[in-house]
Amino acid sequence: MDTFNYSILILLFPAIFFIIIGLFGKYMKPIVAGTLGTISLSVITILAYITAYQYFFVVGTGADGAYQAINVFHFEWLRFTDTLHIDLGMYLDPISTLMLVVITTVSLMVHIYSLGYMKGEIGFQRYYAFLSLFSFSMLGLVVATNIFQMYIFWELVGVSSFLLISFYYVKPSAVAASKKAFIVTRFADFFFLVGILVLSFYTKTFDFEVLTTVGSPVFASFAGASFLGISVLSWAMMLIFMGGVGKSAMMPFHIWLPDAMEGPTPASALIHAATMVVAGVFLVARLFPIYVFQTPEVLTIIGYVGGITSIFAAVVACTQTDIKRVLAFSTISQIAYMITSLGVSGWGGHEGLGYMASMFHLFTHAFFKALLFLGAGAIIHAVHSNEMDAMGGLKKYMPISRWTFLIACLAIAGIPPFSGFFSKDEILAAAFHHDLFLFACLFIGAGLTAFYMFRLYFRIFHYENDKVYHHTPHEAEPSMTIPLIVLGAFSAFSGFVPFSKLITTDGKPFEAHIDPLVAGLSIGVAVIGIAIAFVMYRKKTSIPDQIVEKIKWLYTGAYHKFYFDELWLFVTRKIIFARISIPIARFDRRFVDGFMNSLAYVTNATSEAIKGFQSGRIQQYAFVYLLGALILIIGFTFSIWQLIC
Amino acid sequence: MDLSNYLLLKPELSLLAVFSLLMLYDLFASDKAKKYYFPIACTLFLVHTVVCFFFQDAGSSFAGMYVTGTAQITIKCILNIGVFIIFLQANEWLSKPESVLKRGEFFLLTLLTLMGMYLMISSGNFLLFYIGLETASLPIAALVAFDKFFHHSAEAGAKFIFNAIFSSAITIFGLSFVYGACGTLYYTDLTTSISASPLIIMGMIFLLSGLCFKISLVPFHLWAADTYQGAPTNVTLYLSTISKGAAVFALMVILYTVFPILAEIWKQMFWLLILLTITIGNLFAIRQKNMKRFLAFSSISQAGYIMLSAFTGTAQGMGATMYYIFVYIFSNAAAFGVISAIENKTGKVNMTDYNGLYKTNPKLSLAMMIAMFSLGGIPPTAGFFSKLFVFMAAMEQGQVVIVFLALLNTVISLYYYLLVVKAMFITPNNTPIETVQTDKYLKTSLVISLAGIVVIGLISCFYEYISTTGFGIIKIG
Repeated sequence: MDTFNYSILILLFPAIFFIIIGLFGKYMKPIVAGTLGTISLSVITILAYITAYQYFFVVGTGADGAYQAINVFHFEWLRFTDTLHIDLGMYLDPISTLMLVVITTVSLMVHIYSLGYMKGEIGFQRYYAFLSLFSFSMLGLVVATNIFQMYIFWELVGVSSFLLISFYYVKPSAVAASKKAFIVTRFADFFFLVGILVLSFYTKTFDFEVLTTVGSPVFASFAGASFLGISVLSWAMMLIFMGGVGKSAMMPFHIWLPDAMEGPTPASALIHAATMVVAGVFLVARLFPIYVFQTPEVLTIIGYVGGITSIFAAVVACTQTDIKRVLAFSTISQIAYMITSLGVSGWGGHEGLGYMASMFHLFTHAFFKALLFLGAGAIIHAVHSNEMDAMGGLKKYMPISRWTFLIACLAIAGIPPFSGFFSKDEILAAAFHHDLFLFACLFIGAGLTAFYMFRLYFRIFHYENDKVYHHTPHEAEPSMTIPLIVLGAFSAFSGFVPFSKLITTDGKPFEAHIDPLVAGLSIGVAVIGIAIAFVMYRKKTSIPDQIVEKIKWLYTGAYHKFYFDELWLFVTRKIIFARISIPIARFDRRFVDGFMNSLAYVTNATSEAIKGFQSGRIQQYAFVYLLGALILIIGFTFSIWQLIC
Repeated sequence: MDLSNYLLLKPELSLLAVFSLLMLYDLFASDKAKKYYFPIACTLFLVHTVVCFFFQDAGSSFAGMYVTGTAQITIKCILNIGVFIIFLQANEWLSKPESVLKRGEFFLLTLLTLMGMYLMISSGNFLLFYIGLETASLPIAALVAFDKFFHHSAEAGAKFIFNAIFSSAITIFGLSFVYGACGTLYYTDLTTSISASPLIIMGMIFLLSGLCFKISLVPFHLWAADTYQGAPTNVTLYLSTISKGAAVFALMVILYTVFPILAEIWKQMFWLLILLTITIGNLFAIRQKNMKRFLAFSSISQAGYIMLSAFTGTAQGMGATMYYIFVYIFSNAAAFGVISAIENKTGKVNMTDYNGLYKTNPKLSLAMMIAMFSLGGIPPTAGFFSKLFVFMAAMEQGQVVIVFLALLNTVISLYYYLLVVKAMFITPNNTPIETVQTDKYLKTSLVISLAGIVVIGLISCFYEYISTTGFGIIKIG
């Protein structure tokens, strides 16, 4: 559609600036590179807002009262058959438009923030180049017209995440973390790819538009196809979801996310809190019609994966002492909310409440989680440590950070009227009407969330009010505090966006009400969580230690993240490496190399043996010539050749 | 006499015009004007090269003596491009005091042999073919012995002329058998009157041996190493690419149009020859220390790959062969370009002299590396694609065994091609060859060759066009 032609710039700008800053960055002053990146992001942020405004309010709903999907731009890249071809394009529908807004806003804030936070770092230009690359990849992912384009950008996002985590590549822990993140997500992506191949093998298409049409005939070819007693379509959709599990750090692939905090804090805010990690949620939402109509059983599994992850991560978050790790586990827990919410959703109108709530939470979470990370960055910047023990009583030194952090904590805890309340409440309501077990998980999780967030808040800003610092901490500079304030405003008020009017399963608006029972319960549990944190951590007391003594087994388990890392290490080192890789390596060395070596040996020996053949004497040359011709003649005339063969 | 017969001979006439102009210029121009001999010669030939692209004739004239079609014109254009690159490379060598006087001769002799090749390619009668073959052979002997005051060049010339005469005699001997049995020398008439009698088989093998000699297939290859090593580097390049390419094409035409009935026999024969060629070429290439001799054996082995698709007898095989020749010209031109650049300035041609070349001559080293990669068939160079298409063409005809053996041989060939790369980049050397300055012509030729190596493989239209021009046995009615 012509009216959206300009929106292609949203993709082009970061790509071009990545190339410019990447190639010529080292010839620029750091501030020039940073400014260039920030300007490009500002431009595309404005464009994204215009696109969203135009999409939702100018073009609006179509004749059937639903928002239409629009193919803005379309380019056929590789054609396999008439229906199966890989395209590159730009696809606008409510969720991709929403993601454009979220990604550009958070990315812009991070760009501005980094001007202050990363000042003086070696590789400042490289950092901005990577940020541009990431923005490009993430935007390309959400506007993908087909699942293969999505996969391409999916991998690009993985690469940029890898590059940013290992930004401090002289630090061994950063290198290890980046490898871990890349390998774990890549491992999950392998399943994603297999799922894509299975799906496209049967449906003969990659195109989202065809795949997600309700009642699309392409699934007919799956009829009767099953593998190990489960239908092939379910396998495919399950495998595709596995990709999302990896990227969105759900159990059991969550292990990479806490380590990913080795990267620069603003990058963590952008990638590992607000945008990239919700790619899995977005993937499920994008393919939601298939899940809900064709494979409801997979959707149930999705719900349970989310539910269990959410409570698991919340428990672990209560025990961590590195503030970025607390936030990392909180991220895992919150994304699990979104996943669960999709898992309990139905189709159409109020049935699709979970879908709407999930997208709503994605929207609000992006702002308050980015705010939390950026706030944490400001604190780390001030005290030069990630550990809670190095903090305390910071409220008098850093007022702006403190108030914005408090807003974010209230938002994530779900206290009205802050944004998190509205989205979380819809999720809880959706779960409540669908599955009480999942509701219980999320409900307890909500209490724990309030507890650990305020534990964090009190430990940082109160606790030891008279703590003495070597260098007196001071408030961050404006380039860092302005994003905090902007995001604070978003966190406080974005809950009032009428989501049920904009983003729904079938594109048609519906009325969503606040369920008084669920709302009352969720506020209640949040207040209890905050109260406990208040009692335990407002001042330095011995209460926390006493409680730890009482539930030592649970605490130790949670502190060690329930030994998931050790489990994976056991599987890889003791089983995969020792039982599979080493024998294969041995085979490779003995037989494959051995074959090649013997080939070389035979060649060399033969070469040595026949070298006298080339003597330099013309008589011999003529003799060989004639002899060769005669042998051929005799061989073929008397059919000796046929006798030999 | 019907002059319209000449209308089909446009490439030959154009070449003849270039030849005559250059000869007159060489004879009558003043010494001052002769300074511009080289650029003028190159420009004239470039014009000829470009003009040849526009000829689209197909048909036969002189009562079927001369045949042309898209395939013939395509191969002529390919050869033209190759010759043009060789001309560009020759300036440094020709500007040396000992050869500057003979500069004109180099061009004239080369153009003369090219004319012979044109006739060979377009012949529809064995008489014309034989004339073409001789025209393409004898002046080469003069070219090989061009540096006649150097012992090695004279020796190489002598070896070449003796072997060429010998092979020529055998060829015409075989030809007389064919004529005796069938009573005609026209390709079209022979097609139907050929039968699998011992006399004709003998005639055919003698006849083909003459071409195998030019292509340097084992066991007719022994002259190649000595001649290639002794000849001036530019002539070696000419011999190993242009001369070979023309002979392969003529061979394909003869096989497909004259001897389709004996296809079973010559397929088996070439099966054997190809295997021997690739293997023996490789085995000898491995232990060479002299770059030119090393590339001589490499080009023997490459000839085997060229024939691998030619002997399948299909249109696809013919297309793959022509494509292989096209790519091979560029790859070899790049390799020889580097060698001649270094040889002209330092006189060094041993592989050990190349140790540590990268430090002093990074650009030349990179060019050599890309050429070696292309010759070895490493993607994404064009050499990879040409090998791929050749193997594909052979596989389509079910030649699994020979493709497998040829693949094994590529592994061996990679070893010695990479030896050169290793010498240039890895082997330490305290006294590498000093930085070499090359003239602009040689630079241009290297750029063209390298661009060809990269572009021809990646851009599919080259292969697509060339493959449409091929014709196989089937089309012959």
